[in-house]
Amino acid sequence: MSDQIRFLLDGQWETVGGIDPTTTVLDWLRQTKGRTGSKEGCAEGDCGACTVLVGSAEQGKLVWRAVNSCILFLPMLHGKALRTVESLGGEHPVQRAMVEHHGSQCGFCTPGIVMSLYGRSLGAAGTEGAKIEDVLAGNLCRCTGYGPILDAAKAVPVQADDDAALLAELQKQPHGGLRFSGWFSPATADELAGLLLEHPDARIVAGATDVGLWVTKQHRALPKIIYIGGIADLSAIEETEDGLTLGASVRYGDAHGALGRLHPDLGELVRRIGAVQVRNAGTIAGNIANGSPIGDMPPALIALGASITLRRGGERRVLALEDFFIDYGKQDRRPGEFVESVRIPRPRPDQIVRIVKLSKRFDSDISAVCGAVCLTLAKGRITAARIAFGGMAGIPKRAPAAEAALVGSFWGESSCEDAARALAEDFSPLTDVRGSAEYRLIAAGNILRRLWFEANGLGGTVLSAEAIDV
Amino acid sequence: MSELPPPQTPGLVHAALVHDSAPLHVAGTALYVDDVPEPRGLLHLAFGQSREAHARIVSMDLAEVKAAPGVVAVFTAADIPGENNVAPVAHDDRLLAEDLVEFVGQPLFLVAASSVKAARKAARLGKIVYEPLPALTTIAQAREAGARIEPDQVMRRGDVDQALAEAPFRLQGRFELGGQEHFYLEGHVAMAVPGEDRTLHVLSSTQHPSEMQHLLAHLLKLRNADVTIEVRRMGGAFGGKETQAVLFAAAAALVAMKTGKPAKFRADRDDDMVLTGKRHDFATGFDVGFDQEGRILGLRYDLASRCGMSTDLSKAINDRAMFHADNCYYLPAVEIVSHRFKTHTVSNTAFRGFGGPQGMIAAERVMDTIAAHLNLDPLAVRQANFYGPGRDVTPYQMIVEDFVADRLVEELRITSRYDERRAAIAAFNRTHPYLRRGIALTPVKFGISFTTSFLNQAGALIHLYTDGSIHLNHGGTEMGQGLMIKVAQIVADVFGVPLSAVRIVATRTDKVPNTSATAASSGTDLNGMAAFEAAQILRGRLAELMAFEAGCEPEEVLFADGRVVAGDLDITFAELCSKAHMARVSLSATGFYATPKIHYDRASHTGRPFLYFSYGAAVSEVVIDTLTGESRTLRADLLADVGCSINPAIDLGQVEGGFIQGMGWLTTEELVYDAKGKLLTHAPSTYKIPTASDRPPILNVSLWQPGKNREPTIHRSKAVGEPPFMLAISVWSALTQAVAAAVGKPGAVPTLDAPATPERILAAIAAGKAAAS
Repeated sequence: MSDQIRFLLDGQWETVGGIDPTTTVLDWLRQTKGRTGSKEGCAEGDCGACTVLVGSAEQGKLVWRAVNSCILFLPMLHGKALRTVESLGGEHPVQRAMVEHHGSQCGFCTPGIVMSLYGRSLGAAGTEGAKIEDVLAGNLCRCTGYGPILDAAKAVPVQADDDAALLAELQKQPHGGLRFSGWFSPATADELAGLLLEHPDARIVAGATDVGLWVTKQHRALPKIIYIGGIADLSAIEETEDGLTLGASVRYGDAHGALGRLHPDLGELVRRIGAVQVRNAGTIAGNIANGSPIGDMPPALIALGASITLRRGGERRVLALEDFFIDYGKQDRRPGEFVESVRIPRPRPDQIVRIVKLSKRFDSDISAVCGAVCLTLAKGRITAARIAFGGMAGIPKRAPAAEAALVGSFWGESSCEDAARALAEDFSPLTDVRGSAEYRLIAAGNILRRLWFEANGLGGTVLSAEAIDV
Repeated sequence: MSELPPPQTPGLVHAALVHDSAPLHVAGTALYVDDVPEPRGLLHLAFGQSREAHARIVSMDLAEVKAAPGVVAVFTAADIPGENNVAPVAHDDRLLAEDLVEFVGQPLFLVAASSVKAARKAARLGKIVYEPLPALTTIAQAREAGARIEPDQVMRRGDVDQALAEAPFRLQGRFELGGQEHFYLEGHVAMAVPGEDRTLHVLSSTQHPSEMQHLLAHLLKLRNADVTIEVRRMGGAFGGKETQAVLFAAAAALVAMKTGKPAKFRADRDDDMVLTGKRHDFATGFDVGFDQEGRILGLRYDLASRCGMSTDLSKAINDRAMFHADNCYYLPAVEIVSHRFKTHTVSNTAFRGFGGPQGMIAAERVMDTIAAHLNLDPLAVRQANFYGPGRDVTPYQMIVEDFVADRLVEELRITSRYDERRAAIAAFNRTHPYLRRGIALTPVKFGISFTTSFLNQAGALIHLYTDGSIHLNHGGTEMGQGLMIKVAQIVADVFGVPLSAVRIVATRTDKVPNTSATAASSGTDLNGMAAFEAAQILRGRLAELMAFEAGCEPEEVLFADGRVVAGDLDITFAELCSKAHMARVSLSATGFYATPKIHYDRASHTGRPFLYFSYGAAVSEVVIDTLTGESRTLRADLLADVGCSINPAIDLGQVEGGFIQGMGWLTTEELVYDAKGKLLTHAPSTYKIPTASDRPPILNVSLWQPGKNREPTIHRSKAVGEPPFMLAISVWSALTQAVAAAVGKPGAVPTLDAPATPERILAAIAAGKAAAS
């Protein structure tokens, strides 16, 4: 157990103590280190101007992740390696390509874009096989229209650095926990369970993609924080024929591939949650535990029949995911309890699964409506239906009336219509910045109406459409 | 005005050179205000802000604020030594509220603390007692109450009543257009450092250093000469730092003068979005009479904008909306009524296009409406209405002498295969169960010059040093648009030296005084010309010396490749500079430029407000989902007339970037206020500017090759900053076509409002179906 934060910055150990544990990495870089290359564009993880790379030793490899340093607390770097735009020296191929392709205009977003593309060139998490547009979805640029940046990215080869020395240096650091000034980084799940019994009032933080804003925007005091991001035995992804089990510390990015294999719609949904930087920090269990009514994963997971394991001390209980959400801002989590894992059954061949996210912008936006459907079919009849929506109520919620309209009926256009009409009994959505109650109800119904066309190959979405070629 | 000497050095003017700061941008070493090393004892600032949209302040209890950790001082309006004003024209924006607040978020008091966090935390602790007053927060409410920032303005030509009455066809329409947040990536920031003997040096992210200097001097009871404003670069501006930067600089200046300590105000993003003005939202109505071919005979517009709580630049912005409500179309009889409504919301301000887009889009909606009614290709209707011989007078009586939009449109129609794609789209729309496509080709004609004529002037200052290095200064500011590199190209060319000989430096009010804002797309036109003149003066002096030594005429002296040649003499440029110094020739000169020909009478709304027009055209293809309302732009082809481009790489960047920004305005970017006038979309989590994947998968961007300015501008180039923004109207028009296909009733007139969010697209389809049935 250490009382000082230790991490590698450009290969040199930094030791930091005696600070407010909610100091962000960005503030520390700019104010303490004078590294002003990383910019604050929004201080909420939405613009990417502060993007840095964090490296960690995982299963004998150095894994780099692009993250938003504006909502990353400094203690979260403990035992990790950090690279900033200054680490590149100015002549890196990514930097040269950005200059040659006219990829910067005002230049303020540029360091963040350089870091995202640098991450891509290293094969950082979430970049392998990804479209460049997806790699850059978390980097807003207001000047260029992105074309020159995409051209620059295409011109840079993907070639991992030789990180052996850095990896060896990281592995030298015994990975114990960290504990100082109200910050606790337990090293094991048991340690976490014990700490939570001792400090049931502590705030659990995994990726800080939500809690980070409590600090940067709301200036809330967080006297006790238990950080679970570094807990190895909560980071497991168990992928079997029956389904997927994700530990509490599993980030969106870590599970993206496995979720996509569970069902392509789930992979596509994850692609549209936040952006690379957010998915490299935020966890699926965190998105559940914070009880957000507009979190995108819960409706999808509820439709798929997911359950969660809650743990308090040595006791565990398993809960159907929909039962965890009691009311707006209220979840079935007792003091000292934490979400230990999430279990998602694999859809069977006789099931039709569709997950649809509707938002003003396709990437890095929060849903107006997120709908998920899982229908079980036998001989042309619907024998079971699980339908869940986000954005339609104070909690992610199933649609019993719509489900009832489907179960027992023949799978066809008219059953979809019946289910769509029944939604009015299930939901009385609110009007907010993301959509009106009317829009939400109509669009949710139309998600169900579209099912039939899609299942019969008559569908397609605006995202799959291509320009007319004549 | 006589023709300028043409560029003389290959690879400088008209060359696609990279932005001068690009190597610094990518390295993270380009310094923005917040990156400059902080001086000793620096104080950090935050505003206490109003929670009411319209209220009298009964009392402010700031005891808790003052007692909060880290707080050094707290200031209110009473602490301001001079005029409590940060407004450019009408003196109606307070730095700190006195007894009245007029928008949610308005600054009430100012906290100076030892850290950013301490200042922001403390700023929330004020105990304010308000006496709420009725608040007008929408155009409709202001219209009903008759609340205006100035009387309605009317521009008219011909007898529109008669034309409308006699027209074979007549239609009315209405639509609403949302505003737009600038979302410059670098938020507002200023640092004020007090100097000796009541002087002040301010680093600011502003497009208008001179105005800031004058306002700060007034506020602090200093003379203009006591205050220096410095701007090296902005991290984006787009009009949002033309007047709005003063608020933050004034706060920093006040604290610096009051405490004797340096002070910095860096606004949090959410606060920035709440505190500063945006693009004006509009409610537009029209009444149009036309013939069988769709040719307009008479057109009356009702343009209503939400100006917010003060005047700011709203008069000129709404004037520019009127100037562009014709776009490329001749209007034989026209009346444009413009209402500038006052509301209890943040004062709206300049934003790329400056009202032009809101006017122009009305003309395009008229075209789409006529085409829908007559069942014609909207492009045919547009072409039938173009300006041309005998049809060349604008509603403000300026003759359109340089019309080329017809040529751009015809070229683009062919290169983009508009006709073939339109037919293929119609076929697609007949077969797909719920997706619908649309395509539209729209032109742009944008007037270049500040319509407030006196602003069309610029100054430059050039020093030559004895080693041949060149120090270049002018009144223009760099916000990413590449002004500095363009002016440096112009100057290096005059001296026949490589670009690396020119040192680009910060814009400072103590170098070039009394400048205009870098705005109205005019940066290169004005400053490039002023710098050109300064360089010519210096070159003349050097040539004279060289000619004297070589025994030839000054005109025979050649400046090229870093050398100067005359007769038998062939020396380096540096040697000549050194020689000139020894011969006691001044190596410093100023240049000045004032745009010729322009004049405007605002009382009658007639004159020649513009030296020339920049043109463009765009074709966009979109697809919508009629079940969810989602939409996407699949392809766009853009063609821009930038005259003889000074730097084609920079200009292409402006065209593409402007288009995407315009697309954002019309699709995903939605400002939402609650019923009490509070902005709800005050962060990038809720306000969605385009991301990389929103860029159309196929985007062809070209500069129009035959382009050449018929006016003698700097090397016959044309302004490029704003016009491409309006190329995005093609996206909105294409969405209108897709919605019409979804409605599926020929003749149904468009109903789509902007921004075309999924919700608005579904609403437009529903409204169209309801109207048609």
